[in-house]
Amino acid sequence: MSLYLFQALNGIGLGMIYFLISVGLTIIFGLLNFVNFAHGAYYLLGSYLCFTLVSLTGNFWLALVVAPVAVAMLAWVTEKTLIRRAYHLPHTFHILITLGIALIIQELSIAVWGPIGKTVAVPEALSGVFRMGDFFYPKYRLFVILFTAVIAVGLWLLLERTRFGALVRAGSEDAETVSLLGTHIHKLFALTFALGVGLAGLAGVLAAPIRGVHPFIGPEVLGLAFVVVVIGGMGSFSGALVGGLLVGLVQSMMTTIWPQGASLMIYGAMAVVILLRPYGLFGRA
Amino acid sequence: MKLEINRIHSYYGKSHVLEGVSLEVNPGELVTLLGRNGAGKTTTLRSIAGIVRPAEGSIVFDGEELIGKEVFEIARRGVSLVPEHRGIFGLLSVEENLAIAVRASSRWSLSDVYEMFPRLYERRKNGGNALSGGEQQMLAIARALVNDPKLLLLDEPTEGLAPVIVDEIVRILGKIREAGVSVLLVEQNLAVCEKLADRHYVIEQGQVVYSGTGEQFRQEQAVKDRYLAV
Repeated sequence: MSLYLFQALNGIGLGMIYFLISVGLTIIFGLLNFVNFAHGAYYLLGSYLCFTLVSLTGNFWLALVVAPVAVAMLAWVTEKTLIRRAYHLPHTFHILITLGIALIIQELSIAVWGPIGKTVAVPEALSGVFRMGDFFYPKYRLFVILFTAVIAVGLWLLLERTRFGALVRAGSEDAETVSLLGTHIHKLFALTFALGVGLAGLAGVLAAPIRGVHPFIGPEVLGLAFVVVVIGGMGSFSGALVGGLLVGLVQSMMTTIWPQGASLMIYGAMAVVILLRPYGLFGRA
Repeated sequence: MKLEINRIHSYYGKSHVLEGVSLEVNPGELVTLLGRNGAGKTTTLRSIAGIVRPAEGSIVFDGEELIGKEVFEIARRGVSLVPEHRGIFGLLSVEENLAIAVRASSRWSLSDVYEMFPRLYERRKNGGNALSGGEQQMLAIARALVNDPKLLLLDEPTEGLAPVIVDEIVRILGKIREAGVSVLLVEQNLAVCEKLADRHYVIEQGQVVYSGTGEQFRQEQAVKDRYLAV
């Protein structure tokens, strides 16, 4: 029994990381109508920056703050210089441009950090296990669940209870009208892009001590994020949360029950959702 | 603040929609822009708001050229377009629709517009997509008012609304005008136009073909028959 509990917790932790990645992807798609295939690469960068900062300073908490902000700033610059020029183009162009960015980030990462994966040590304060009766669970993984839950609540409040959030939601429906009300639409787009990508960077940092870093993880992460977004529904915060948890749980439970089929079942879950609800669990037509 | 449009030419792709439109709106005036469907009324409003960029001509507001400015920059100068489709955000509540437009400098606060439109106050927690057409139009106008307008551009505000709602809108437009805001009104309902306007322009195939004061226009049966009769 405790094995299943263990795997369920793993699934929730994994799912929350998937949520962080996907929610950025989905917000960016919702507001900017922009398909970001570089999302996995920014996650990769978050992981590597975490590795470097921890190697240099030994301070994971510093990396937890600095790396996502650095990734977000890079995203902001990319948006200003390149991405905003592509908004009016069809989605295929978005894919080409961001795939290019993803390859540049990936190859630069290999040039800087080498082709072989790295590991990141769990911060000292969170090493070891949390024990309750005869049940053990790694402290760091518990921290990831709690921390991402706090981030999720904060993000929800940001989107639902602030003027910025209302503008993001309004812009997702009709960006032109938001502009007609005097909102600096380019700034709103750039900030949203940076926020969404910064969340992918944050996910990369949080995942680094669990999964390590290797330069080819970007496409895998991107694929999972798209599965989550398709399951949850494009542009939906709740969809990203529920979809992320679902994928995390399926993946983690299947590792116990039928390891070879873990990836298969994720896509199976996606297929079922598409059959029953073509716009995703929380999607709108 | 004065709006002066001087011989603007606007295009949608290759189709030449405005062929040298000139008109002006003086401070505090309510001016209508009349004409058949496809004459270029909406395009004129969209050109002023910066959504369509005229290829030639000039649009000067308060001594400043608007052509070439971004939509939000023009909006911040107090040019407020209420589009025909009203642009209500269906997934935002009524209050959020207003809140994202509120500007401290406006003479109308949130509570002022709730006082003007009690119905909106009753429905403030409802989603925009739960509103009737009349309520949506009221919300669109209220949202423009909290956005600190100096010149209001209204595109067929009474279209498709019940007569009692139309009267309500006319009453509100009267109030807005009393407050000294200039209004450029595109409207099919001639009775509404004649009740409110200081001056009228008639546009046909992208050109202004008639202009006159409210007084003059009332006598111009020939103009109405030629350019406005269906």
